[in-house]
Amino acid sequence: MSSNNNSEHHDQPGEGHIAEVHHPSYGINVLVWIGLLSLTSITVAVAGINLGSLALTVALLIALVKSMFVVNFFMHVKFDNKIIKLFIGVCMVIFIVVLILTFFDLTFRY
Amino acid sequence: MANGTVAVSDKTAEVDFYHVKTKYKGILSWLLTTDHKRIGIMYLCSMSLFFLTAMSLGVVMKLEMLSPGSTFISAQTYNSIFTLHGVIMIFLFIIPGVPAVFGNFIMPIQIGAKDVQFPKLNLLSWYLYIIGGAIAIYSIMRPGGVMDTGWTFYVPYSIRTTTNVSLSVFAAFVLGFSSILTGLNFVTTIHRLRCPGMTWFRMPLFVWGIYATAWIQILATPVIGITLVLVILERAFGIGVFDPTLGGDPLLYQHLFWIYSHPAVYIMILPAMGVVSEIIPTFAKKAIFGYVPIAISSLGIALVGYLVWGHHMFSSGISDTSRVIFSLLTFIVALPSGIKIFNWVATLYKGSIEVTAPMLYTLLFIFIFSIGGLTGLVLGALNTDLHLTDTYFVVAHFHYVMFGGMGLIFFASIHYWFPKFFGKMYNEKMAKVAAYWIAIGFNTLYFPMFIMGYMGMPRRYYDYLPEFTTYHIISTVGSWILVSGILVMIANLLSGLRNGKKASDNPWGGTTLEWSVPSPPPLENFDEIPTVTTGPYDHSHIHGQEETTK
Repeated sequence: MSSNNNSEHHDQPGEGHIAEVHHPSYGINVLVWIGLLSLTSITVAVAGINLGSLALTVALLIALVKSMFVVNFFMHVKFDNKIIKLFIGVCMVIFIVVLILTFFDLTFRY
Repeated sequence: MANGTVAVSDKTAEVDFYHVKTKYKGILSWLLTTDHKRIGIMYLCSMSLFFLTAMSLGVVMKLEMLSPGSTFISAQTYNSIFTLHGVIMIFLFIIPGVPAVFGNFIMPIQIGAKDVQFPKLNLLSWYLYIIGGAIAIYSIMRPGGVMDTGWTFYVPYSIRTTTNVSLSVFAAFVLGFSSILTGLNFVTTIHRLRCPGMTWFRMPLFVWGIYATAWIQILATPVIGITLVLVILERAFGIGVFDPTLGGDPLLYQHLFWIYSHPAVYIMILPAMGVVSEIIPTFAKKAIFGYVPIAISSLGIALVGYLVWGHHMFSSGISDTSRVIFSLLTFIVALPSGIKIFNWVATLYKGSIEVTAPMLYTLLFIFIFSIGGLTGLVLGALNTDLHLTDTYFVVAHFHYVMFGGMGLIFFASIHYWFPKFFGKMYNEKMAKVAAYWIAIGFNTLYFPMFIMGYMGMPRRYYDYLPEFTTYHIISTVGSWILVSGILVMIANLLSGLRNGKKASDNPWGGTTLEWSVPSPPPLENFDEIPTVTTGPYDHSHIHGQEETTK
């Protein structure tokens, strides 16, 4: 059956090849892992401090930094080609806008 | 030649995909196929069954509303029937409809590919679709009764009701995976499998529609997946995410649900708009007016469509700031839709218009969808929405947009690509009679709902005040006209399938690549991958159509 197929024919620059495989070293991976654990600890510690309305923002910012680590290193996006980075960038922007719009309700509801 | 193709296969020597020898025979040759065309047809068959089921439930609902009070079913049965009608129509027909059937069959051929990028994943998507449908049907038979929440599964009722909500929402969860995988497959296919010369702005507009839709499928569907899992967890363990007594927020459910479900409206309509952009140039015999604006407006609708979900919640208690922002954004989404409508009409201007059955459905679509779209603005405005929300006006608007939009274009698509799918022609005259029949039934059924809604008839109510009786009677009669029209259309297509005249490769004088391959196409569509040299709607090489009617 059709094991595709004609990808060698297309003519779009930047899409015609898979980016060269580049794996971060084990050392980098371990460092990222330790960084993630540290940020998790900070999240837990911050949750115990009364920051009022800032608590959620701080927690989300820490989560954002953690997700950047995961996306860039564990998902290898840092080493991928531009179009994948563009896709992920657009998705992130949409996600953030959706989050902001949701908070327009929560923040101004009462 | 199509798309200015300079190299196409030798058509005479090829065996079509129905008759080519494969590893498996009989039913297994279908159930284990990875051919995008067979998978498209399997979607068509399964989807048609689900559509007919949901349509029958709709008829029962309308029959119950023939007179005030109990006509022949109980209130609880009515609640379950409108829920089932909605769930089946939305999740098993309208959302997957055009992408799964026509996206699968036609899109790879239109970009000059032999198949989709991940053929096995494509088959898995179909199986997930069937498994999701089977779970939904199984949930009906379970003790506890059929879900009665409406297709929106709103909390807190969906958490408290004793009917089979968990299993039903799990069915929707599984169907979501089918949708995500299809979207992933289509995005990858369009990026990587376009034939030489098929640049982004030489792609047919149907492909643009499918592409924009696929991104919504990938990005928005996981949100509903997570939301539905939360409903199941709430029901099973009372985790409190949506429960204010435990620190949760019931409105969060509505936010999450509509963050998916409003973009899902565009999953339903964008591919249909893509089909319109194919049919109009073919039957107006001229290039589409405003190709680039139409293509970009698909992406614009997909993008802005993410940002307007709050207009479903104007009366639910969200903040005033939110309501103003979402109302404004809702008006903005009308712009790319308007661009499409104006460009389609401009394409018709001074065209050699031939009103065949697919074209007739498309013209009906423009008329009916415009009514649906404009009444959407009435609901998008804060002040009028507060009066009309949760009334029959919303039901009418929704059906004008969804059925008048996606539904009619599904019918247009099956008529347009029927010769390519099956290599046969249907009776053109009867197809047109059915189209008029459906249009009359449609407007008789749904237009009185606008009036009833304006007068205050609430949606989802089993009973009504006497002043609404006449409108309900007209509407119910409309449902009979509509359903009989649909049955005539189906009978005509089945008759064409059985006894229809053999179709030529390009019966309509189409200019895109699917019309350059045999009808039905061979297994991998092209012997040799074509090279495209012009835009998709170049009619200079088409010398009249070969046959249009039986």
